[in-house]
Amino acid sequence: MPRRVALKWLAAAAAGMALAGRVDLAAAQVPTQSGKPIGTDPVLNKDYQPGELWPLLMTPAQRRAAAALADLIIPPEEGGRKPSQLAVHEFIDEWISSPYDQTAKDRPVVLAGLDFLDSEARKRHQVVFADLNAGQQAGIADALCGVTPTAPEYRPQVKFFDRFRHLTAGGYYTTPQGMKELGYVGNRPTPTFDGPTPEALKHLGLA
Amino acid sequence: MPLISEKELKASYDVIIVGSGAGGGQSAYTLTMNGVKVLLLEAGRNYDPLTETAMFQTPSSAPLRGISLEDKPFGFFDATVDGGWQVPDEPYTNASTEAENKFWWWRARMLGGRTNHWGRISLRNGPYDFKPYSRDGLGVDWPMSYQDVAPYYDKVEMLIGVYGSNEGLENTPDSPEGCLLPPPKARAGELYIKKHVAKLGIPVIPIHRAILSTKQDADNIPAKLHPGNPRAQGILAESMRQRAACFWATDCGRGCSIKANYQSTTVHLPPAMATGNLDILPNAMARAVTLDAHGKANGVSFIDKVTGREITAKARVVILAASSAESARILLNSKSAKFPDGLANSSGEVGKNIMDTVGASLGGQVPAFENLPIHNEDGAGDHVYVPWWLYKEQKAGKLGFARGYHIEFSTGRRMPNVGVAGPAKPGYGKSFKEDLRRTYGSFIGFSGRGEMIPNKDSFCDLDPTVKDKWGIPVLRFHWKFSDHELKQALHMHQTFAQMIEAIGGKVGGKPATDGAKAIKPGGFIIHEVGGAIMGADRKKSVTNQWNQCWDVPNLLINDGAPFCSNADKNPTLTIMALAWRACDHLIEEMRQGNL
Repeated sequence: MPRRVALKWLAAAAAGMALAGRVDLAAAQVPTQSGKPIGTDPVLNKDYQPGELWPLLMTPAQRRAAAALADLIIPPEEGGRKPSQLAVHEFIDEWISSPYDQTAKDRPVVLAGLDFLDSEARKRHQVVFADLNAGQQAGIADALCGVTPTAPEYRPQVKFFDRFRHLTAGGYYTTPQGMKELGYVGNRPTPTFDGPTPEALKHLGLA
Repeated sequence: MPLISEKELKASYDVIIVGSGAGGGQSAYTLTMNGVKVLLLEAGRNYDPLTETAMFQTPSSAPLRGISLEDKPFGFFDATVDGGWQVPDEPYTNASTEAENKFWWWRARMLGGRTNHWGRISLRNGPYDFKPYSRDGLGVDWPMSYQDVAPYYDKVEMLIGVYGSNEGLENTPDSPEGCLLPPPKARAGELYIKKHVAKLGIPVIPIHRAILSTKQDADNIPAKLHPGNPRAQGILAESMRQRAACFWATDCGRGCSIKANYQSTTVHLPPAMATGNLDILPNAMARAVTLDAHGKANGVSFIDKVTGREITAKARVVILAASSAESARILLNSKSAKFPDGLANSSGEVGKNIMDTVGASLGGQVPAFENLPIHNEDGAGDHVYVPWWLYKEQKAGKLGFARGYHIEFSTGRRMPNVGVAGPAKPGYGKSFKEDLRRTYGSFIGFSGRGEMIPNKDSFCDLDPTVKDKWGIPVLRFHWKFSDHELKQALHMHQTFAQMIEAIGGKVGGKPATDGAKAIKPGGFIIHEVGGAIMGADRKKSVTNQWNQCWDVPNLLINDGAPFCSNADKNPTLTIMALAWRACDHLIEEMRQGNL
């Protein structure tokens, strides 16, 4: 692990411990990745699954917390599947586990943050985050999401929440279900490109 | 494509071409269609867009949602194989450690080279662009005029298929009837921007791109391109019929398995192969041009990357089309008693006059685009652009920089990527989802692409110590933008901020107040040209106007290296037009027994 990542993580972990007081020191070891980068000539036209190119580094407990938080951040529409059912948390695991510094810099932040969720849940309700009911989960998320001012010592957890939200949205809205929800209707062949609809032109005052 | 191995090399060829991209592909096409026997050497592997292109894949099927990574800089699905600003086993160096004096050198080691992923923007240089020195006293005039090259622009447009329109604007040439395919309709955001920047005097017009908006006229174009050559006409007609029209989905940068856009591997090389006159040898890394006792080129020595062996192939004529900097490198590495400073370098100009395109970008968010009624806005990349519009003000000296730029821009409800959350408001759950739905498609980005004037501080030479994996000395770059480029980049930022304001948008980030902060590094735009410029005076140039080296007339350079200037118009179309023109001249010289 690059030194600057290690230092960042230590800072995050230290802050987490100060808050909850129950962060397990064993979990404070940020795992390292020995897998290889994609390389300059990967096969392009196939479906890749998280874990296929490099091992995933979240513990089962962290994976459960990640699934629960992703589902809280992006609740399903009527009849839609949850982010966890679309493997969005596995994408986040792939992201933080990768051998690339540009995504692996999120590894200490996200892992410490997931540990924090469980320790905070235990502190408040004596069970892990994934086993809380929706209201209890929201109680923790509300403290971290930045809508209301947060105590300065929560700063690493607020940063975690922001990064995790970014990754959850990025993972979710790039799935076919997420694209449809966002209102993206392309990526299908059409014999002609017809330009904007009359409704779109009217919306812009161009009709 | 069925290629040969080094064991199948013939004893000798009429012509060896080094490189299979825009210049090499066009050269192979023109020569083989006229019965010339050609060997094409490609440093990268064979590549088949029909089977390898990631058509319709969404980010969720790529590792890390397909983001840009150091080994896939344009994202996972980008067509580039073994390429980027760094290529395994093939280093280059910079003389300076200062960021602003470093040059970033992009390469793609694959059949078809960079034509597999390029932006397909195909703008003609205008009359001013061939005579920049005559117009403002800076840089170098080309040894020919727009009128000399125009017939070849016509031919290339008809061959590769370019959509666009004729607008009759200054130094933005119209194409004759029958050259262009119809442009696609503008998107909602593009129309809105066009309407609202008109008050700034900024024109928005259809862009020209090498994409088939309709099928090509296979019944009539072949006879126009190959008069008196029925065999070539038949081969081209068949090749054109194999190409489908664009179906307005999936990024052109991934390549195109239905052959609706131009890439050398789907447009130039298949008909050239069909003539039976072309051998292509992949994994052949050129080291040097070999000479006979009279100092004429007689072949190319190369490393067979499969076996690591060095091999020499023989021919009457050699064409370098390895990319401008790589061709300069081959010349500099082709040292001999007769050419101690590198081949064709009696002028001392090999490696000099390197230019990239000036680039700067600024984005914003446009409230008017929020909640736009849902419809499919994919289309085919850019549909419109802003050509340089301040020729008169510039000529009058009002701008403080000498050359112009055009503006490319992106709008619309494009395929979401992992950055979709962007600058969303704090929160989660329903409110977060609504925030993202509202703002999706409301972000725009403007990119300036401007002309750089050649200068004495921007050049390449051989690194005195560093060699690549095969022991070939590597290039060392020296780089510096002049005030003309820095002021131009600043003008871009100021203009983009005004445009975003004019459409009621919010600028993302801060417009630069210093051009040095706005400008992208040299090489970042991947439009590097020069390094072996053409000219009318052999003391000041490397080639004549037909890309023929003054010192070695049977050696041609058919890539961007002979460019005397680098107009804001993207270089690929001009590379092809000049390669075709050079090959027509070469064929005539060979017929007359002059080579």
